[in-house]
Amino acid sequence: MSETTPYRNPQNIQINKSWCKGCGICAGLCSKVLSMDGGSKAFAANPSLCTGCRICETHCPDFAISIGVDVN
Amino acid sequence: MQNNANKYLRSEKLPHIWCPGCGNGIVLGAITRAFGLLNCDQNNTVVVSGIGCSSRATGYLDFCTLHTTHGRALAFATGIKMARPELKVFVLMGDGDSTGIGGNHFIHAARRNIDLTAIIFNNSIYGMTGGQSSPLSPLNSRATTAPQGTFERPFDLAELAQGAGATYVARGTTYHANMLTQLIRNGADHKGFSVVEAVTACPISYGRRNKMGNGYDMLLWQKEHSVPVEKARKLTPLEMEGKFAIGELYKADAPEFTDIYERFIEEKQKKNKEERQRGVN
Repeated sequence: MSETTPYRNPQNIQINKSWCKGCGICAGLCSKVLSMDGGSKAFAANPSLCTGCRICETHCPDFAISIGVDVN
Repeated sequence: MQNNANKYLRSEKLPHIWCPGCGNGIVLGAITRAFGLLNCDQNNTVVVSGIGCSSRATGYLDFCTLHTTHGRALAFATGIKMARPELKVFVLMGDGDSTGIGGNHFIHAARRNIDLTAIIFNNSIYGMTGGQSSPLSPLNSRATTAPQGTFERPFDLAELAQGAGATYVARGTTYHANMLTQLIRNGADHKGFSVVEAVTACPISYGRRNKMGNGYDMLLWQKEHSVPVEKARKLTPLEMEGKFAIGELYKADAPEFTDIYERFIEEKQKKNKEERQRGVN
């Protein structure tokens, strides 16, 4: 990954709620930052703790999480 | 869009049809990132798939894609590669698609050592058709066709591929998603038949029936039951019981099929030309 992607602002966590199916993988892998909104959709509970490791991004089966990039 | 490789996705088709927690999306993510590392040209890359949950992946990839009949993805891919050897051809198959219905195509593609990259989504079950046991379902695992647990011993896909003649064999899991990306990239760079087995989770059809929990629990199962290949070589078969090796399992150099065929055509054309010239003189 590091070969092609430049360093990005790690605090910018974007979650595409219309793609999220609420499987809970991201919240399981990173319970510090992410949590499930009423058990249905992922949301960033503590974005300031994010180190930008992008494990949630690579393990989201629904391509719903992006760290530090504008979704457009 | 996020993670730079997602320019390779047909985002208007998302969200995809896979169940919540299904690992196929993670494998697809790893594939798109590998395409990003390979700098794949979308017009010169073909992605072929068969039938099954995993084979729906071609619908979401913005390449020249081909969604073919059950088990025959490798046959179609072989045709494409023979006609246009300059194209990069990837084949996405499920475990049942590649070793059950398409078992023969699989071993013969490996035998020919044709330059294809086969990525096999191994979720240990026929998920789309309702959870029948597949040739890669572990012994004693439950399925709709094996309510008391299956009595059939599964294939070891990596050994099957290696035994049949594949020259690059690797295994990754959805837990080790970045490693999977690297394995797919190395497989695509390898000249010859490359097999990358991606161990993925089916929480609905497999996990629920075998009491393995949700998608996250199954990810942790992969973490606990996988052993890096360097370490696995030092362990005894008893210590490896119930576990599987991940990483680059086998790599060899062998003549590639389209190369042999091209050389044959060149020689024949040269010979014919010489004969014609002799005839004129």
